[in-house]
Amino acid sequence: MPTFEQIKSKMQKHTVGIAGAGGLGSNVAMALVRVGIGKLIIADFDVVSESNLNRQFYFRDQLGSKKVEVLKENLLRINPDVEIEIFDVKLDRHNLLTIFGSVDVMVEAFDSADMKELIIELFQSEKPTTPLVVGNGMAGWGESNDLELQKFGNLYICGDNETEIGPSMPPLAPRVLICAAIQANTVMSILLENCFSNEYNPQP
Amino acid sequence: MNIILNHSPEYIEAGKETITVSELLKVKNFTFKMLVIKINDVVVKKDDYLTATIKEGDNVQVIHLISGG
Repeated sequence: MPTFEQIKSKMQKHTVGIAGAGGLGSNVAMALVRVGIGKLIIADFDVVSESNLNRQFYFRDQLGSKKVEVLKENLLRINPDVEIEIFDVKLDRHNLLTIFGSVDVMVEAFDSADMKELIIELFQSEKPTTPLVVGNGMAGWGESNDLELQKFGNLYICGDNETEIGPSMPPLAPRVLICAAIQANTVMSILLENCFSNEYNPQP
Repeated sequence: MNIILNHSPEYIEAGKETITVSELLKVKNFTFKMLVIKINDVVVKKDDYLTATIKEGDNVQVIHLISGG
């Protein structure tokens, strides 16, 4: 098994795109920065609000700030050497490929199902060789083992595929973080695939 | 016809050589609004559901997308 230094030196070479800086995106970014990712490209149009603090990687004194701006600050506090490119923009069918066209792995971290559908359709048809890691179903609490990874070619779906966010089914830190962690873990295994083939090579 | 549907073998009563994605969704009663469909690992765009066809032996994946993130 490789050392953390060896892992970091491989991770350092890669760029990951994150579409959305909410519960999934902010926590996927945090995990990837901790394991030494070289560059993140993150886009979101929103500001930090009170209701975000139950699961997102922001702090009370950041309420009202642009998410991408304070997320960058928070991530640089973990590792000042990580390169972070931010876009304060509402993502759509036209700007998604412009912003994320060159990433090694793409992470979907939107909240709405129609944006999830849009990015999957767009990336899988226009960027079929770019692995896409999606979060799908993580509301409520309990049932930890229902959150899983399903692989469909180079489309990776993380979550329980069942629990939809609603007024009586809020997104909460524990399950959202499990889903984000499965996404980050999947990104890592995609990026490190075959890097340590002779000694240790876990699959997504 | 026999296909692989979401990783499991499935017999579809088609009565013809191929069926369209729309027909499969109807037969299987998949009524979810937000879906992604892959045939042999290639995504089928929504606009193509009426024309994209599935044949014997195809590997079909129907992924239901739900809000939250």
